[in-house]
Order: sequence, then C-alpha cells, then structure tokens
Amino acid sequence: MLRYIARRLLELIPTTFGILVLTFVLFHVVGGSPALAVLGKNATKESIAAFNARYGYDKPLLVNTEKGASLFDSQFCNFVGNLAKGDFGVSTQYDEPVADILKRGVGPSLSLTVPILVGGTVVALSLALLCAAFRGGWLDRTVLVGSTVLMSVNYVVWVLAGQFFLAFKGGLFPIWGYENWFYLALPVIIGVVSGLGVDVRFFRTAILDEIYKSYVRTARAKGLSGTTILVKHVLRNSLIPIVTYISLAIPYLFTGSLLLESFFGIPGLGNVSLNAIHSADMAVVRAVVVLGALLYQTVNLATDLLYAWLDPRVRLG
Amino acid sequence: MRDLWRKLSVAGRLCLVVIAAYFAMAVYGEVQYRVARAKDVTPSYNVVHEDARYLPPSLSHPMGTDNLGRDVAQRLVQGSRIAFHVGIMTSLIAIPLGLVLGLLGGYFGGKVDSLVVWLCATVASMPGLLFILAISLIAGQGLLGIYLGIGLTTWVGVCRTIRAEVMKHRDRAYVQAARVLGYSHLRIMFRHILPNVAHIILIQFSIRFPGAVATEVFISFLGIGVQGEPSWGIMINNARLRLWQGIWWEMTFVTLAIFTLVLVFNHLADELRDLLDPALRNKS
Repeated sequence: MLRYIARRLLELIPTTFGILVLTFVLFHVVGGSPALAVLGKNATKESIAAFNARYGYDKPLLVNTEKGASLFDSQFCNFVGNLAKGDFGVSTQYDEPVADILKRGVGPSLSLTVPILVGGTVVALSLALLCAAFRGGWLDRTVLVGSTVLMSVNYVVWVLAGQFFLAFKGGLFPIWGYENWFYLALPVIIGVVSGLGVDVRFFRTAILDEIYKSYVRTARAKGLSGTTILVKHVLRNSLIPIVTYISLAIPYLFTGSLLLESFFGIPGLGNVSLNAIHSADMAVVRAVVVLGALLYQTVNLATDLLYAWLDPRVRLG
Repeated sequence: MRDLWRKLSVAGRLCLVVIAAYFAMAVYGEVQYRVARAKDVTPSYNVVHEDARYLPPSLSHPMGTDNLGRDVAQRLVQGSRIAFHVGIMTSLIAIPLGLVLGLLGGYFGGKVDSLVVWLCATVASMPGLLFILAISLIAGQGLLGIYLGIGLTTWVGVCRTIRAEVMKHRDRAYVQAARVLGYSHLRIMFRHILPNVAHIILIQFSIRFPGAVATEVFISFLGIGVQGEPSWGIMINNARLRLWQGIWWEMTFVTLAIFTLVLVFNHLADELRDLLDPALRNKS
C-alpha cells in the first residue's frame, strides 16, 4: 500500500508541472502584456516599463541566464513560487488580492453546488436502479428517451426557462438574491434537472455492465430476491465507475456554477469568474483555472487511494 | 455508407434527414452571407426595420421579428450556419489531434505513451467551461476563439478512446505480419490499424458535434463568442430581455432550433455507437 501511495504521489509531479506550464503559457505568453490590460490604451512607454518592472514582467520567461542573477528569477518560477505562497496576484477589477476574493466566494458556491451534487446523484441513481430492475420494459425505455431529451436542452435554456416560468410567471420562488435558503431552492432544482439526463444514462450503463456477470446468475440461482441482488451485489460492484464519475464533479463544487450564480445573484466563485471574464480580469480567471486544475488532481489522487484501500486488485494490479 | 443507412432504425434515419435539412439551411445561410460580403452590403438578416419591430409570427415573417425589426427566421438560418461552422471546425481540430496522439500512444507504448497520457491528464484536469472561456477570451473574441477553445480542450476524449482501441490491435496477428514484412511504423499505424479503428472517428464526431454546438451557444450567449452575426447564443441573449414583456417568438423558435439539432445528433450518436462498437452490443 505504501509503495502504491508513493507511486501515485510521484505521478502527481509531472501532471502538476503540466498544469502550471499550460496556465503560464496561456495567460503569460499567449495572453500578451498584462500592462496594456491594466493601464489601458493610453499607457505611455515609461508607465508600461514601470509596470513591468514592478510586477516582474521584464524578467525572462522560463529561466534567468543573466550573469549574477539567480537561475530561478524568471516569470515562470516566480509565478509558481507565488502560487505556492498562496499569492494569486491582484485583481485589476476590484483592486484587491485575488486570494481574498476567492475566499469570500467559496462558501456561497458550496451552498449551491453541494445540494445540486447530492440531490442530482440521489435522483439519478434511483432512476438508474429502477431502469436496471425493469430493463427493456416501458419504464426503462421512457426514462432512457426522457434523459436523451433532457440532455439535449441547452443549459442556458434551463436557467432562463426556470427563472421565467417558476419564479417570474409562477411566483413560486424568489427571482434573484441570496438571503436565506429558500433563495437557493430554484437554482438547486435547475442544477439537478439540467444534469439529470447525462447522469441517469451513465449510472444505468454502469449498473448494466455488472448485471450480466455470472455472479448475478449465481445469486439468482441461490434464490435471492431481485431487490437484494440489485442493491447488495450489483450496486456495490458498480460503485467504482459511479464513484469515479461523482468524484470528477467535486472540483467543480468549489469553482461554482457560472450561469446559475450570475442569474440568481449568488455571490460565489462562478459569479466572480464570470465577472472576471467579462472585464478581462485575468488574475482572477488564472487563479480559478489553476486552483480548479490542482483540486482536480488532488481529488483524483484521493479517489485512487480510496480504491486501493478498498480493493486490493487496484494496488496489486 | 449505404450499409449503415440500412442498419439504422427508422428514428435514426429520421435524425439523418433532419441533420441534412439543417445542413441545407446552413449552406443557404453561407451563400447568403458570402454574397452579401462580396457585394459589400448589409445582409438582409441584419438590416434594421424601425417600422417592423416586435411583429408576431405572420405569413411574411413566419417566426416574427426582433427588437430591431429583423426577420427571426432568417437569423435562425444564419445561426445554423454558425452552428455547423463550430461543429465542423472544432472537430477538424480535435479529431486529428486526438487521433494522431492516440495512435502514437497506443501503438508505441512505453515513453511515447507516457507522454500522451501525461498530455491527456494535464488538459483533462483544466476546469472545462472556464478554461474554454479563457482561451476564447485570449485568442480574441469571435469564431476563431471558439474554435480554438473547444477544439483544444475536447481532443482528450478522442485520444483516450483511440488509444485504448489501438492497444487492443497492437499485438494482433495482422500487425505482427505487417511488421515481419518490414513495413514502416507509420504505414502500419495509418494503413493497417487506422481502418480498423476508423469507426471511432464517426462515433466521436457524432458525440462531439452537439456538445460543440451547445458550448458555442453558451459562449456566445455570454457575449464572448461570435460578434455582430446572429449566432443562436446571441439570439437567446437578445430574446431573454424581451421575454419578460411577452415577446415569446424569438426565444421559442431559437430554443426549439437548438434543441432539435442537438437531440437528433444525440440520438444518432447513440445508434451509431450501438451499431459500430462491438463491445457495447447486446448491452442496452
């Protein structure tokens, strides 16, 4: 087990490096001069030079080969170093450290995304189990057609239609705001419904992958009831793809939902990111992208270790 | 191809017919767009008619007019032109990229494969939509940004499926025979293995296309995508504010148009996967 953990930790290094290089290339090399973005079109040559010197944009990109300078005094190394220190730069839009903005946004994002993930998984998994129990029957076919229809409705339309019909026309929910839990009800419902189609189809396939295996036949031959086989044997064995699928959604819990948050006025990270995109506040966008990617790596590692702990085949294989 | 048509269910064939109709619409839109550009005039779908604002559907405007008196039906046709541009162009970036990397990784294994797996893992960990938005923003708002944003992030799925399939073929007898005959690696990969995994390209195209269309709608809706041309996302954003005043036609027809195209593509992708992928047969 220790060997497995060590191997997985080592594998983390190249991917993390890849993420850092990719973000750096995108935001610093291709992205062009941040000085122009911040100072505007009327910037003079002197003010640009001063800006670059102040934020270190005059340094070499990858490694510093100048005499007397430290090899690591380059834009890339400083970018990585600052990240490690938790310094994500300063937002040009709000003129405050990005880290503070992010800290404020995580809570509201989680209050929206966690109920969506939990609710969505419960509903989708129940539907998928029903489908598997009555596979080939009318219920299965209806749910299958229904989920293809659900996943073909554009996400934008879910948000707009939900807000228009349920909040504005129906008056069942508040239209906009973030005051008490009731304000979250409609965005959560929209989030659950919009993801249902894809989820049900995935879970159903994962369960059906198991249902034709021979241990199921054995269990049936033993005289176990259909429900017992489905819940105790099949569901447990199909948990690996299902848990993987759910774990992939965990990083997005923190980064929030771009559209739901901005349409319902929830001050979370999705809202912050979308505002940053609109006002080209690249420091914020970069921070959310990098943190999201690193979080993805961490969650991936955690799930892999969990499997290795639960299932010896994984760590020995 | 004719064989495939025969094997499709009635619903599958219907889907193909609907897609063909959309494609014809897109081609018509393309001609209209090019002719207007060549003549250097404002195309009719962009001409403002102050006296014809917010007209409900009628014989002369089957889908009504928008806030500037422009014909919604004509703009819808332009939207399908942009949707097809996005679906095809992003596929032209993502599929060759994923295909070549997947072939290389799956065929050579070892260090080459590690590199391919590393690239996939890196790109796959980037937070989806936000990463696409950032690329589009940096590449400059407009269609090119959308092509690059979607194309450069979605090749991973293609690469992973191709790689897994190629690994199954790598040690088969026909590949060994080709190796014994002294054929070059390139020739074995592209002339011998590729035809055996080519069905994946068709499946992946049919899966990616509706996804790309939906993403473009999202990006353009946010105002970061297409500029000045009636993309479906822009039309939705336009119609959204008027919906509250009871102007329902623009929103209804645009959402219906997107929904239908994405739905038929999703269904076709399902049928193609069931038909062409032997591993999945007998499962559902």
